[in-house]
Amino acid sequence: MGAGHHHQLYRPGASLVHRLPPQCKLLAVLAFAIVVVATPREAFWAFGCYALLLGAVAALARVPLTFIARRMVIELPFVLFAFLIPVIGMGERTTVLGLSLSVPGLWAAWNILAKASLGVVASILLAATTEPRAVLMGAQRLRVPSLLVQIAMFMLRYMDVIVDEMRRMKVARESRGFEARNMRHIPVIARSAGALFIRSYERGERVHLAMLSRGYDGRMPVVQEFSASVRQWVIALALPGGALAVLGMMAW
Amino acid sequence: MNYSLEVKDLAYAYPDGTQALFGVGLAVGRGERVALLGPNGAGKTTLVMHLNGILTAGHGTVTVAGTPVRKDTLKEIRQRVGLVFQDPDDQLFMPTVRDDVAFGPANAGVRGEELERRVKNALDRVGMLEFADRPPHHLSFGQRRRVAVATVLVMEPEILVLDEPSSNLDPAARRELAEILRSLEVTVFMVTHDLPYALELCERSLILSGGVIAADGPTRTLLADPDLLAAHRLELPYGFAIPAERG
Repeated sequence: MGAGHHHQLYRPGASLVHRLPPQCKLLAVLAFAIVVVATPREAFWAFGCYALLLGAVAALARVPLTFIARRMVIELPFVLFAFLIPVIGMGERTTVLGLSLSVPGLWAAWNILAKASLGVVASILLAATTEPRAVLMGAQRLRVPSLLVQIAMFMLRYMDVIVDEMRRMKVARESRGFEARNMRHIPVIARSAGALFIRSYERGERVHLAMLSRGYDGRMPVVQEFSASVRQWVIALALPGGALAVLGMMAW
Repeated sequence: MNYSLEVKDLAYAYPDGTQALFGVGLAVGRGERVALLGPNGAGKTTLVMHLNGILTAGHGTVTVAGTPVRKDTLKEIRQRVGLVFQDPDDQLFMPTVRDDVAFGPANAGVRGEELERRVKNALDRVGMLEFADRPPHHLSFGQRRRVAVATVLVMEPEILVLDEPSSNLDPAARRELAEILRSLEVTVFMVTHDLPYALELCERSLILSGGVIAADGPTRTLLADPDLLAAHRLELPYGFAIPAERG
């Protein structure tokens, strides 16, 4: 609440990237990720080129690097995991700064780190230039099963409602002197989570009734068509196309 | 007579055996605004659920503008009966106000400019046109309730059914909603235990108590009878007296 009128991942704008139809951007990001994953980990300079490509997209969309960096925090757990691999890894070992590290482990860590980071940045760019609702419509356009799209749509709509409900329950607990301090308090939190689940489930039933009341028959009506021109597809696919060209040059 | 809504001898028991309605009979004429009064647990919401076929009658019939509520008429009935739920968060499930208002007519196959025109018209009637592109959770409670009214108005219903329309509204939002409801030229069936609100909006009221219609008459007359109200667990708020009839 109070986060302005846009989703926090979205950065309003009118750049070329913002204006592309969502299905083009979705497919472009997916294809880009596939090319990145398919790149051999030894190809350092190819990863550098991919990063440059993403940098170009960010510049085109006027998304500042600090914005991207802040949102990359989500990757931290993977980064920590990646740093652990060389330490606990097996096989040939080498010494860096007095630390004995596994060579295959180092390679694996680099592999995860480079590919995950590129994928995360591409997703951040997608989210920054496409409203969440449009992402879902794009997915629908790309024939993602309607049920999955609907579930995601409801998650988007009811996230704030449920978080609010959770906050109220927390206030209610704390007003009666409860504060989660140690392990013994876990059962209380667990019961709250259970109550929240039941409340959400009941809300789901009421929402379903409301939908039935307005003629819902299992499918969401498509009211807004985001049709994409050939030109828009070409622009969007320039990103994975560029990455593929880099990969092709390397293979050659 | 030409009835918007006619309920005859309606009885219903929940699957667990609890009997909620014991033979309800009522009729609402076209263009009338009628309040259904009753304490909590009187069966008001159960009755409402029958009006658009969410629950099907154990016994008796519900007829909307001459069409009986049956399995094969459900689609038509749900376009004719506009149900406004008590919690707008249950009713507004789409990402934006515009999408939500468009949901009903789009399900009925309306598209393009006609859809756009109807959505704009419905939002305009509740004074929410400028909020069309907002997500519902960024609106105030009163605004959300008004959008909820728009989501059913857009279906051009025969009858608007409101479940506790004044609940959780602050005084200004309450008055604004009353003004909107008065400005609509549509039959209104309003379920409430907010007696002054019923008096403000509805000429006629019914009292539902113990699963049957216990009284039916002009709102003013019913509310002026403290014994009748007390017998059905209803009472006017503290300090409230029925104002004298305006000339």
